[in-house]
This record gives sequence, structure tokens and C-alpha cells, in this order.
Amino acid sequence: MRALRAGRLTYVVLALFTAGSLFPLVWTAIAASRSNTRLAQTPPPFWFGGNLGRNLQVAWTDANMGTALLNTVIVAGTVAAGTVFFSTLAGFAFAKLRFRGSRPLLALVIATMLIPPQLSVVPLYMLIAKLSWTDRLQAVILPTLVGAFGVFFMRQYLVHALPMELVEAARTDGASSLRVLWHVVFPAARPAMAVLGMLTFVMAWNDFFWPIVALTQNGSPTVQVALTGLGRGYIPDQSVIMAGALLGTLPLLLVFLVFGRQIVGGIMQGAVKG
Amino acid sequence: MTDETAVLSPSAVGPERPAAEGGGRSRPGQVWRSRRYRWDLRWSPYAFVAPFFLFFAAFGLFPLLYTGWASLHQVELTDPDSMTWVGLRNFTRLWDDEFFWNALRNTVTIGLLSTVPQLAIALGLAHLLNYRLRGSAFFRVAVLTPYATSVAAATLVFVLLFGRDYGMVNWALSTVGFDAVDWQNGTFASQFAVSTIVIWRWTGYNALIYLAAMQAVPAELYESAALDGASRFQQFLHVTVPSLRPTIFFTCVVSTIGATQLFGEPLLFNGGAGATGGSDHQFQTLGLYLYEQGWVNLHLGRASAIAWAMFLILLLIAGAARLLRGRKETR
Repeated sequence: MRALRAGRLTYVVLALFTAGSLFPLVWTAIAASRSNTRLAQTPPPFWFGGNLGRNLQVAWTDANMGTALLNTVIVAGTVAAGTVFFSTLAGFAFAKLRFRGSRPLLALVIATMLIPPQLSVVPLYMLIAKLSWTDRLQAVILPTLVGAFGVFFMRQYLVHALPMELVEAARTDGASSLRVLWHVVFPAARPAMAVLGMLTFVMAWNDFFWPIVALTQNGSPTVQVALTGLGRGYIPDQSVIMAGALLGTLPLLLVFLVFGRQIVGGIMQGAVKG
Repeated sequence: MTDETAVLSPSAVGPERPAAEGGGRSRPGQVWRSRRYRWDLRWSPYAFVAPFFLFFAAFGLFPLLYTGWASLHQVELTDPDSMTWVGLRNFTRLWDDEFFWNALRNTVTIGLLSTVPQLAIALGLAHLLNYRLRGSAFFRVAVLTPYATSVAAATLVFVLLFGRDYGMVNWALSTVGFDAVDWQNGTFASQFAVSTIVIWRWTGYNALIYLAAMQAVPAELYESAALDGASRFQQFLHVTVPSLRPTIFFTCVVSTIGATQLFGEPLLFNGGAGATGGSDHQFQTLGLYLYEQGWVNLHLGRASAIAWAMFLILLLIAGAARLLRGRKETR
């Protein structure tokens, strides 16, 4: 059954789904290449116009997109690196090391996933206000630097992917925990680390709720915060807004183009084991 | 030395081990080294899990408890340091607040409008992706692409597509003879449009989760069903769906949690008007209402009370789901 070959109808329906998935993105680019006046006419444009360069430029300067993109790269990169590193440490401990309280501690990790972010946003804001971190990037980096999902994901992977004999052999040779970590765990965990890194990067890049509370458009915004500023004019220029949306989305689309298969594999893997 | 048996592997542990290189004679350096080795084995697991718990304590647990504390006070965003004790007044006010109930109603409606079709479509899509396909990797990546799009970028595009006068949706409706719909101002229409954004972004993601679960269904189940003369659709209904029940339950929980927190889509679907969720609050969700109370009206105490109300609602849903699931399993 699993190997049942798809009929023609399957391809047609899948092609429709693909079109539906990609159309809003393609149309973002089309709208970004037109003028605001053209977008206020019917029928809407279906093909590219000649205004892309101008719109990108206006979006770039008006919404401070260059700074915003740089900030977002810093935030998403740091969060991804931190999450991967700390999750691998904790995941290894939970998967392969026996220590007192490991079971309840793991249960606690999983339980933290159920806490909605809204529940902590008010005190978190008061905290960063007190530290004078409002509008600083650490305000959005530190609260998301570790996550229960990452710890759980790495644990599930290492339970199967890291043979106990390998760890024991290193121990027999007198290797310290740090050496085991460096020479045995990290190499074994590398595929999962890569997937977790990409998933975290995408999530951090697209994060919206907390950044819009902690950052403003005038300080050091992330792309998402900068985008909300673009739409706030009295007579918003839709083609410029679309150019901004395009700028904010394009880097991730490139990541998807290159690593799409691995990301798909990671989500499916996380699903089965989770 | 029960501690040593509790750690990694008893065979590799012990003071003799590092002494092996020194020919079996114990010198002070080796004693110290073996002691360090034991400490390492005993304490490094805690060191490895510590970062998670330290960060969680600072940015998860402390805020969680403090929200409860703040919800019992009057706190203004402009001066968060001065808190006046008001007891349960923030909560009683919520109870009498028509905008709170409106936001709760909207959250439920938009949640249903987005979650139910989303998961149903994802299930069908996963079924198609489970066939032996040429270009299957392409289709999988393609349907996942919306997941890479941010709430902000996606919503801004959909605002244009759902425009009343020049939007593509209304243009398409008019070409087949329907009247234009005011997607931003109609109550149902706006909630439907907001739900569309959620559906677009998450259907492919859920489809992949279902696909992973489908691939774990044993082939024999299908073979015996086929022997009994079940059609493909019957097989889907009687083999695939029951086998996927835990996964479906899981995605329902995750989507429900996500729907409760819906924020970015309704915020940006409102054009430049801010956090009201439409001119008549017609698509203001609880998440948006919390933001409006805290960061537009500057009442952090009330925002905290809304946050706790949201948490209680989630707990209620979780409890209901548990009851439902428990009953199904005992049947």
C-alpha cells in the first residue's frame, strides 16, 4: 500500500496545493515590482512590472531594512547556536547519563512547553525595562536562548543515534565528560544539530509577539518589527510594503531552497519520535 | 559507593582505571586525578542540564509567577515599579468586560475556523504525499514553504489579496458572478480571512507530521483490509485514520494552543488601526486584547489578569480533552 503508485489525479491535486502554497509568495514579488497606483486597479496584476528596484530602495530606507535584516541575522543566529549547544548538552545528559532526579527533571522540561508565552510577557517586559534592555537585541535573544523543544528533540535523537558502547569506550580510555562530549557526542549528534539549528533559525527569524513588545521601529528592530512599521503610514504604499515583505522573506526562502529536504526530514523525524 | 553505581557505567568507574598508565603504583597525582574523575562523572550531568533550568528560571518560571502577582495589582506601563494592591479587581472587571467576552468568542470562532479545515486538509494532503510519487521531495518542500514565511509578511500579502475594492479574491469572485465581500469589516468575513492566513501557513507543516505517522502504519493492515474488499477510501477511513489517532490528537492539542495565542494575524489584518482588531473589534482575539490593555492602554495589571484567564481556559480545554480521550480509550 505504501508503495502504491500515484495516479494522474494525485499529481493534479498536488500541483494545485503547490500552487496555493507558492502563489502568495510569488504574488508578493509581483506586487513589489509594481506601483501603488497599479495595485489600486482591477484586475490585479498577474505579472511583474518594472518598479522592483525603486520599491526595494524605498523600503530599505523607510523601514530601515538593512539594520533590521542585520539585527534579525544576529538574533536568529545567536538563538539557533545557543539552542543547539545547550540542547545538545542537556539532551545528552538526559539520553545517556544516569543521575539522580533525571526523570522528574525531564518531565519538568516537557511541562514547560505547555506554558503560553503570553503568561510571561508582562513581567518579562518589566524585567527588561528595569535592566534598560528595551530596544536592545539581548532583550529578544536571552529569553529564547534555550527551549524545551530543543532539549527534547536532541534527547530523542541521541537515545538511538549514540551507541552506549562508544561512550563507555571513551570512558574506559579515561576521557573526561567534556572530552566525551567533544569527541563522541557532538560528532554523533551533528545531523540532528543541523536540523534543530535550521528549525530554530526559522522560528527565531519569524518570531513576532515578544519582539514587537520589546523592540520599537526606532530602536533596533528585527525584520518583523520593521515590517509592521511600513504599514502604519496614513496612505500606505502597498507596493513598498510588499517590497519590505519580500526582503524579510527572501533570506529564509533561500535557506529553504538549499536545506528544504533536511528541514522536511527534521519535522517528520520530530513528529514520529515526539 | 552507591553514587558510583548510579552514574554511567560501573565497569568504567573506579580508582584503578587511571592508575593503569602508571603501572599500578599509586602516586598523589593519580589519587587526585581519580578523585577528579569521579567528581566529573557525578556532577557533569547536572552541569549539562543546568543552562536550560537557569534560563527557564529567569525567563520562564519567574515571569510566570510574577504575572499572577501583577494581576492582583494596579500597574501602569509608564511606571512599572509602583504597584497598588487591588486584590481580584482586575479579574472581576474582566468578568464584566464585554470586550473580553467578545475577544474570547472571536478566539474560539477563529480557532475553529482555522484549526478544523487546516487539519482536515492536512490529513488529505498527507494521504496524497504518501503515494509513490515522482518528485515527492519537491512537493514536500513546496507545501512546507508557507511555514518559512513570517506572520507579518504573510498577513500583509493577505490583506492585499482580501482588499475590498482591488483585492484579487473579490476580483475572482466578481468574475464568477458573486458580489464583492468586505473582508475587513464583516464579522464573519474578517474572521474567515484571518483564519485563511493561519490555514495557509500551517497546513503543510501538519501534513508532514501526518505523513510521518502514516509511514509508520504497518503495510499488513492495508493488505488485510484490501483482502476484505475495502476500497481505497474505506482503507483511509478504517485503517489510516484510526492508526493516526494519537498523532491527530497531538496536532489538535498543538493547534488549539496556537489558536489560543493568535496575535500577529489579527494585529496586522487591521491595517494601521492598531490593536483593536477591526473597527468594531470584530476580529480582536484574546492575545490582541492583552496587548491592547497592556501596551496601548498601559494597564499591565489588567494585561496580567487576561494572561491568567487565557491560561485557565487552556487548562480547562486540556482537562476536557483528557476526559474525552480517557473515555474513548476505556470504550
